[in-house]
Parts: sequence; C-alpha cells; structure tokens
Amino acid sequence: MITVAIADLACVRGDTGEVIVTYALGSCVGICLYDEQTRIAGMVHVMLPWSKDAMNDNNKRRYADTGITELIGIMVSKGAMKSRIVAKIAGGAQMFGSASGTFNIGERNIEAVEHVLAAYKIPVIARDVGGSCARTLFLHSDTGMAEVKTAMRQMRSL
Amino acid sequence: MRMDDLSPVHIDVLREIGNIGQGNAATSLAAFSQKLVAIDVPCVRVLDINEAAGYLGGPENVVTAILVRLNGELSGMMLTIMENAFVGDLIRLVFGTAPDDLYAMDDMQSSFVQEMGNILSGSYLNAISALTGLSAEVSVPSVTTDMVGAILAVPAVEFAELGNKVMFIEDSFTFADGFDENEHVNGSTVRCNMILVPQMSSLEMLFDRLKV
Repeated sequence: MITVAIADLACVRGDTGEVIVTYALGSCVGICLYDEQTRIAGMVHVMLPWSKDAMNDNNKRRYADTGITELIGIMVSKGAMKSRIVAKIAGGAQMFGSASGTFNIGERNIEAVEHVLAAYKIPVIARDVGGSCARTLFLHSDTGMAEVKTAMRQMRSL
Repeated sequence: MRMDDLSPVHIDVLREIGNIGQGNAATSLAAFSQKLVAIDVPCVRVLDINEAAGYLGGPENVVTAILVRLNGELSGMMLTIMENAFVGDLIRLVFGTAPDDLYAMDDMQSSFVQEMGNILSGSYLNAISALTGLSAEVSVPSVTTDMVGAILAVPAVEFAELGNKVMFIEDSFTFADGFDENEHVNGSTVRCNMILVPQMSSLEMLFDRLKV
C-alpha cells in the first residue's frame, strides 16, 4: 500500500499490484488518474484550488491546477498517453456544515479539479464528492478500480 | 514569522498558556460533573497536520470536534478534539444514557457537546487574555463527528500561510472516583486535545505583549 499524504502524489505501474491510498479527505480532493493500456496509475491529494491565489508557496502539490499538471507529467514520463488517461475523484466535503467558512472551499476545490481535467481533455468517469463527511480513497493500480470509505458507510466502488 | 520559526522560549510561553487553560478547564469540568478532576502537565507541540493526526490515533480515527472562530486582536481558529468515549461519558453524566453511535446524537445532546466545546475553548482563551490582555470574539461553536485527518485539514486550508503547522495541546483529565493507598487518584482518565491555529499576526502580537 502506498500512502499519499496531504498535498502529495504517487504514481505506480499496474504490474506492481500496488494499491494507492489517501486517508481522510475532507474539503481536500483526491484525484485518481489511470491509463488502462499501460496500467499506469496516479493519485494526487490537493488542498486548495488555484496556485495563483497562493503567496510564497512552492508546494505545487497543494493546488488542483499545479498538482494535476505535475501528476500527468510524471505519468506521461513513465509511458502513459495523455489522451487515454481517465479520472475518478472524491472529496470536497464541507466538514462543519455551513459554519465552516464564508466560502465553501470543498466546492471550490471540486470546481477547480473538474476545470483543470477538462482543460487536459481528461474525462471524469466517476465521482463521490460534496456532502459533509470525510472519505478515504483507494486506487488499485492493476485494474484502475477506485474505492471510497467513510466512517458511516460501507466501502463503495467508483 | 512562521510557525517553524518559534524558539524554545516561544514554545514555553505557549505551554504556560496551555497550563493555565487546562487549570481553567478542569475547574469547569469539576463544577459541572461534581467530581474531583485531576490534571497532568499538558504537552504542547507545534506539529504539521500529518503528525498531529498521528498523535490523535491516525487520520481515520473518528473523533468529535468542536470548532470556534476567533476574531479581534486575537484571530484564528480553535479546535477542541475529544475522544468519542469521553464525549459519551459526558453525555451520560448529564442525560443518563448516551447513544452507542455519536452520529445518532439528538439535538439536545449535540447542543450540549457544543456547549462543552465552548467551555473548554473558553478556558484556554481566558488564559491567553489573562496573560496578555488580548481580546477575541468567539463564534458560535460547530460540532462534527468524523475522521480526524479531515477535521485537521479545516484550519490548514484556511491558514495555508502557516505552512501546515498547528499548535497542539494535549491534556488529560482524570475524573476521580476516590484515592488509592498512596493517595493517587483513582478514576477514568480522558484525553482532550486543543488545537489552536492563530493568525501569524496575532501570534506576533501575543509574543510582543509578553516581551518574548
């Protein structure tokens, strides 16, 4: 099992049989990218929508735009083809209901992720987003299957 | 200044705030539970979020958290994170019974937990005010029961300027049932964690007032 921390990413080949996991996505969004033909799998855990809104922050993996761009670059360098990559996304919840802020960061994260993926013409083929509960996200590199677990609900396949 | 730049002296100041706050909190808990409440020296740490989740049973550990926002001279956010067993005990003290599953708290119970968070976070804020004279307006608390990793990300997202660091005070309270032959307190010990995420400008003002 390969763990992706907050504002981090991982990329593996399917023949390793590895499972990539990121724990407890709240308003953050986990993005699984998969190229079925080469079975190259990647996941990034982003916290915030746009890198341009940040000051003095060089962690590219924190933001939807730069995080996804970096992950695609790594996958392509390992032999994935951009036009074959598909995406599955999870997260973007509002942890304390409407009290968690004047702006709903979870929703803005989802919007940014969808926007960036659309710009790369990567289709989002499954999503489990929004709401108010935390999610743990798994990506099976051998098949591209993603699974989402919450504290209240059984594991759900994406 | 960033959270990473805090010196040992700064950490000592924060620890002292933790001490006084914990004393205040124990007094409130004792008044409310009608039991003697014993405390240990709190542990104060400055941690990044992934580390903090580790101290709280791992990112997927389900806890109950109360969030309050601070506005005024002291701005930021404060999270009170309680083990679900502790929350269950508190609810039982007041209501006689507690739901097996805290997702099933009714409105009365949930509002009671909110109030507990208010009392606990108020204990620490009063400590800061007493030491520094800084004041803060406190928002209505909001409560959730969920994975601790996702809860910790809430302040991190809003205060990305802190570079993912939070200030973490780990307290333990022992509700005494009696004393053993060595006059040590017998009773159930619960852990409660306060996570203070001040805006950097507030923290600077705080240290400035204390001349450190």
